[in-house]
Amino acid sequence: MDSVFLFGQLFTGLSVASLLLLTALGLALSFGLMRVINMAHGEFLMVGGYLTFLAAQAVGPGFLWLAFPLAFVGTALLGALLEATVIRRLYGRPLDTLLATWGISLILQQAARQIFGSTGVPVTAPPWLNGAVTIHGGPLDSLTFPYVRLFVIVLALVVLGGMWWLLNRTRFGMHVRAVNQNREVASILGVNTRRLDLLVFALGAGIAGIAGVGLAMLSPVNPTVGAAYIVNAFLVVVVGGVGSVLGAGAAALLLGFVTALAEGLTSSSLAQATLLILVVVFLQWKPRGLIPTQSRALEEG
Amino acid sequence: MSHKITDHKKQITFLLALSMLGSSASAQGTVKVGVLHSLTGTMSISEITVANAAQLAIDQINAAGGVMGKKIEVVKEDGASDWPTFATKAEKLLTQDKVVTVFGGWTSASRKAMLPVFEKNKGLLFYPVQFEGNECSPNIIYTGAQPNQQALPALEWALSKGYKNIFLLGSDYVYPRTANLILKKHIAAKGAKLAGEEYVALGGTEFSSVINKIKAAKPQIIINTLNGDSNVSFFKQYQAAGYSATTLPVISFSIAEQEAQSIGPALLTGQYATWNYFQSLPNPTNKKFVAAYQAKYGKNAAITDPMAHAYMDVYLWKAAVEKAKSFEPSAVRKAIVGISMDSPLGKITVAANGSLTQAVYTGQSGAGGQFKVIGQSKGVVTPQPYDALTFPGKSCP
Amino acid sequence: MNRVAQPILLVVTAGALLLAPFYLSAYGLTLLGRVLALSIAAIGICVVWGRGGILSLGQGLFFGLGGYSLAMHLKLAATPKGELPDFMVYNGVEALPWFWVPFVNGPFALAMVVILPTLAAAAVAWLMFRRRITGVYISIITQALVLAFVTWLNGSQGLTSGTNGITDFHTLLGIDLRGEHIARNLYWCTLMVLGAALLSTAWLLRTHFGTLLTAIRDNENRVRFLGYHPAAYKIAAFALGGLLSGLSGALYTLHLGTISPAMIGVTFSIELVIWVALGGRNSLLGAVGGLVLGQLAKDKISSAVPDAWLYLMGTLFVVVVLVLPQGVAGLLERRKPAAPRRKTLGEVSDVVSP
Repeated sequence: MDSVFLFGQLFTGLSVASLLLLTALGLALSFGLMRVINMAHGEFLMVGGYLTFLAAQAVGPGFLWLAFPLAFVGTALLGALLEATVIRRLYGRPLDTLLATWGISLILQQAARQIFGSTGVPVTAPPWLNGAVTIHGGPLDSLTFPYVRLFVIVLALVVLGGMWWLLNRTRFGMHVRAVNQNREVASILGVNTRRLDLLVFALGAGIAGIAGVGLAMLSPVNPTVGAAYIVNAFLVVVVGGVGSVLGAGAAALLLGFVTALAEGLTSSSLAQATLLILVVVFLQWKPRGLIPTQSRALEEG
Repeated sequence: MSHKITDHKKQITFLLALSMLGSSASAQGTVKVGVLHSLTGTMSISEITVANAAQLAIDQINAAGGVMGKKIEVVKEDGASDWPTFATKAEKLLTQDKVVTVFGGWTSASRKAMLPVFEKNKGLLFYPVQFEGNECSPNIIYTGAQPNQQALPALEWALSKGYKNIFLLGSDYVYPRTANLILKKHIAAKGAKLAGEEYVALGGTEFSSVINKIKAAKPQIIINTLNGDSNVSFFKQYQAAGYSATTLPVISFSIAEQEAQSIGPALLTGQYATWNYFQSLPNPTNKKFVAAYQAKYGKNAAITDPMAHAYMDVYLWKAAVEKAKSFEPSAVRKAIVGISMDSPLGKITVAANGSLTQAVYTGQSGAGGQFKVIGQSKGVVTPQPYDALTFPGKSCP
Repeated sequence: MNRVAQPILLVVTAGALLLAPFYLSAYGLTLLGRVLALSIAAIGICVVWGRGGILSLGQGLFFGLGGYSLAMHLKLAATPKGELPDFMVYNGVEALPWFWVPFVNGPFALAMVVILPTLAAAAVAWLMFRRRITGVYISIITQALVLAFVTWLNGSQGLTSGTNGITDFHTLLGIDLRGEHIARNLYWCTLMVLGAALLSTAWLLRTHFGTLLTAIRDNENRVRFLGYHPAAYKIAAFALGGLLSGLSGALYTLHLGTISPAMIGVTFSIELVIWVALGGRNSLLGAVGGLVLGQLAKDKISSAVPDAWLYLMGTLFVVVVLVLPQGVAGLLERRKPAAPRRKTLGEVSDVVSP
């Protein structure tokens, strides 16, 4: 590997990691708070992508100002609806939640298929995102950084920063952390856990919607796009440590770099298979993930 | 008494005659054929239109009086983009519906899954899509391009234009792998250079690493066997990395008019494709076909090589049935060899191995997702299921 | 369902299944045979999930190991001596890969159908339960494993035939698989294996092992405090689930005449689970019945109204989980006059809990 190729792959890793992170953040939040695995989370990404497509159809090339709020609010509402109708009723039954949300993901995929067709709908990135930064001269001559990829990386950083601020510097965040540590005690101390669950779940869905905007810049949006991301997003949550935002960030980076490195050395299929096996091995070493959250509950559910 | 017995005898002989006809033809003067494509799932976008093209031909034949006086009755089944489903549905068509022939399949995997079913039940399948060769079942008529009718002519075209450093990119399944195996042998034999070879999982959308590898390999042209949505992602990310048709042309084997529409002509302008058929072919049979299809399925409907093959397959089957004077699959298979007709693809002939002798065209993508024909084989090309250079000593019986 | 009706219904169903070759159409018979083969995997899920409380979303991995073990042998048996399987030739592979070599031997391959999935399941379970990984983590890990397996199969075409899978079998231990009565015999063979699997699993669950498994599901720590080693029991249950999946995969491969990665992937694995949930995760017969009826419905409905099928299935997932957590079998159970017992239990817990 020459240095240009190596740095190119590092950049690839960063780019893969940012999409993974955006997809996984919502999962990490709701998993941490409610111990719920939402198999339909990938479909929030898909819905975000389709809403971006609709925004682009409606207002033309400068659609991003509309796409972000539309994707965020649209998927957050969908998330809230899902929480209120299904997830809430399955509280304390994580395995059943997993199955029910898988059913919901099937319904959402089929709906998308009927509305938009099974082939992906292409979204053309705004003109100011066309092109790339290219390094001229020096040891890294001709290394390029496409604007769209830089855009997704910045997006992930902004969302991660926002989440950190929300969780660590606001009253809402304090409540989330309190419930994370001990639901009963937090509830006794006056935290409305029901409302908090709903808000956090909707927020997580909304972030996946934003991930959908980023995704639409890079590839077509099709009904199975969520399914393609969901397993890796789960792995980010598991590797990062339950409910830890920073853990999710670190895990996404780790997975992104390992993927890029393996893809650089072998083919993409082998890289994916290797990654999955490595994660299972990693859990042997650290079953609670990179940054485990401390819990004061006696027994984990 | 005796009267009654003869009545019975009559009935029995009538029943016998019916059963001898095979359950193929029912009493009402219709004959059942199967159409088996993915109507749902990831492949449906391509296969529904292929099923439509076959249906169009069947409707036209029925309107003109049917085949040997019988109207064609279609049993449509959904392969659901799932290979085992193709096998079970094929079994249903042959054993339960007792169809005399089936038009269907797109992916090699679906064909491979159906093959044992057709061989076991002695059925006949018309397969309309380009494929990797290396197969000649007596129960399948392969009308799509063999490797020497699409891949190799594309390579020759690229070499003739001076592109000597070639990168092979494909989805990870049998067609791209085999096509590229053959291409690699020929690239070496012609003294050209293989810049690299990469595969992405079917449906894969992340091309960052691949583009990075292309950048490091510095090829002059990419031969692309990616499938479906992967093409959209690839061309998007290729453009974002600063490439265009003038700096690094791409010649594709799985992008036809319909795919070009969905990728978006803007991403594809100036890129190349090789097929046995383009919608823009000027021959009169094609003009009629295009007009009839668009009259039925929308005036902007794109028409592709597999569709044209599927449409023509029905007419080929009709011609073979009439030549054999029988609907019986093995008789039809025997009779079809040597049949020659004017089709939307131009003049075609069925070779002894069940494939077509047909012409090959290279097209360049323009506005509106149409291809302009810029190169053409010298006359028609004889189908070779086994590439002599890659698989020496192998041939169809 | 009362005590008289249940055995009668069982005998009638068994009889109807046994005689099916005499009244079903050729297609109907192969369909039923295929679905019965699949239902053997449902027994495994019932043990692992219903009784053990371990939700594996990766049963396709063990199903695939069983199926591929057999398919590799069948492929070699259908290949002329001295030649390589066709897909290796057109992938440019020049010598038979090492792990294919022993599968030339039929008995070896048949043994592997059982051994490989069992060993693999035991190994996976050992890795997980040793570190006390529980709950959704297991679901995620098993799902990742099946995805890894499928990705590897797809990406290693020269070795595995990739997305096409392995097809075109001719003989098994000298029996012509395309012969006249093969469908009928294969059907009976499947029915026998299913019956044997059902009976032996039912027996096993009535032993001490079954009781402990359920105890571990309900409270693992208490079982541990009582001096048992829960991991060992869970590993054994998981291995049994793997074994049954592997058997199921091999039979399914025979019925369908092909095995491919698409047949064993993430979607397949989770679909198995949902049919078991529909039938009743705690009831062996419920699980088998749920899978059989679900698959038959899928065959009919998905070809009649393909678009509606996924909506229907999705809705079914949600409704079963929300309304029928113990499946149809649980619904039938509930009609039993068990109310008094429940009441006393309720009273007791009311007294104890505050």
